[in-house]
Amino acid sequence: MVKKELRLTVNGQPYELYVKPKTLLVEVLRNDLGLTGTKRSCESSSCGVCTVILNGMAVKSCSILALQVDGGEVVTVEGLAHGDALHPLQRAFLDYGAYQCGFCTAGMLTSAKAFLDENPNPTEGDMREAIDGNICRCTGYNSILRAMTAVVNGEYREEK
Amino acid sequence: MINDFEYFAPKTLKEALTLLDQYREECKIIAGGQSLLIMMRQGLIKPNYLIDIHGISELNYIKTDFKKGLRVGALTTHRAIEKSPAIKKSFSVLAEMENRLASIQTRNWGSIGGNLCHGDPAGDPAPLLIALNATLTIAGIHGERNMLVEDFFLDYFETVLEHGELLSEIQVPTIPPNTGVAYTKFNVIESDMATVGVAVSITLTSKGGHCEDLRIALANSAPKPMRAKKAEELLRGKKITDDLLKEAGEVASTEADPISDIHASTEYRQELLKVLVRRVGKEALSIAKKP
Repeated sequence: MVKKELRLTVNGQPYELYVKPKTLLVEVLRNDLGLTGTKRSCESSSCGVCTVILNGMAVKSCSILALQVDGGEVVTVEGLAHGDALHPLQRAFLDYGAYQCGFCTAGMLTSAKAFLDENPNPTEGDMREAIDGNICRCTGYNSILRAMTAVVNGEYREEK
Repeated sequence: MINDFEYFAPKTLKEALTLLDQYREECKIIAGGQSLLIMMRQGLIKPNYLIDIHGISELNYIKTDFKKGLRVGALTTHRAIEKSPAIKKSFSVLAEMENRLASIQTRNWGSIGGNLCHGDPAGDPAPLLIALNATLTIAGIHGERNMLVEDFFLDYFETVLEHGELLSEIQVPTIPPNTGVAYTKFNVIESDMATVGVAVSITLTSKGGHCEDLRIALANSAPKPMRAKKAEELLRGKKITDDLLKEAGEVASTEADPISDIHASTEYRQELLKVLVRRVGKEALSIAKKP
C-alpha cells in the first residue's frame, strides 16, 4: 500500500514522515519516533494508557489513524518535562506515590495535564471524571487524586 | 490486524460525496473512528478505501434558534455538545447525556454523527434524540433526504444509509412548554456503554396536568434503539401517578427484547428496564411540572 505523507508536531518538534494509511497514531509515536512513554494495551479505546494530548485535548492514540492527525500538535508524556525539570504533575505523582507498576502513569499524566490546562480549579468530582477513561489495575486512584489535588492547590510550581 | 486500504481525506462535503459515489460498497466512511477502528482491528470491517470526513469543517457546527430549535452538524464532537453553552441552556439533557458518554478522550475525538451511523443499539444519543423527536438529514450526490431519528435504524449496526450517502445534520425541535425530558443509563463503569438506557419525554396539558404527549425510548434493549409504544399508550392522556409509571415500566420491559451478553443477561436487563422506565419517567414528570 502506498505510503502517505504525514506532518505533525510532537513535543514541539516538527516531523515529516511517510506512513501506511492503516498506521495508528500510537504506532507512529512509538515505532517511528521512538517515544515509548506512550503505552499500548487494550487496543479498544477502553484502558487509556495510550492517552496523548492532541491540539490541547486528551485523546486515545490507539484509536486514531495517524493520517487523521496530519498538521496537528501532539504532546506525549515525554513532552511534559522541560529538560530535567519535571512537570508539577510529575513531581506530585512522585511525592504522592501516584503509581505502582507505572503502566498507566503516562496516560494518567497526559489526561490530568489536558484536564488541568482546561480547568485549573476543578472540584474533586471533576478530577475523578477527568481520569475515568484511564484504568489503573493497581487501583492507585486515590493517590493519583491526591497528587492532582496538590497541584491544583499550588503546592507544585512550574520549574523553568 | 487492520487491513491495508487506500485513504482519502476530502475537505468539503461535495468532495466526500463524489468519493462515496465513486467507491460505493468498496469504501467506508471514518469520522472520529472511535467505533470503526475497533471493528477494523477485529477484522469485522475490511474496506478497500477509507474516506476520512473528520476534517470537513462545514459539517461541524452547533446552531440554536429559539423557534426552530437546534441543528448540529454530524461531525460535531461529543465534547463540543457537552460543553456548548447554548445546548446547556436550552437542551441541558443532551449535554448531560454527552457528559456520561464514554471517556473524555473518546468524546474529544468521536462525533455524534459517527455514533449514530455506527448503529450500536447501546449508544446513548439515539434514544434521547428519539425522545426529543429529533430528525436528521442524509446527504447524497443527488440530493438530501430527511427523516426521524427513530426511522434511521434497521438492525444491529445497520442503518438506512445507502452506499454513497452520509449523515450530515441532526435537528432537535425546541422543547415544548410543560415538557420534561430525561435520560439515564445503567452501567458498572462510568465511562462504559449502557447495559440498558432509558429516555423519557413527557408533555403535560397546561390545565389539569394530564399527559398530552410522551415518548419512551430504550437503549440496548432490542437490536436497534426502540420506542416502548405500549408503555407510552398506557400513560397517554392520563394523569401520571407512581403506580402508572410502575406499570409502564413492566410493560416496557415486556416490549423490549434485550440480548444476554457478557455485561448482563436478558432477565437482568428486563428488570433494569422496569426500574429505569419508572425512575426516568418520574424525573421527566417532575421537570414537566416545574413552572
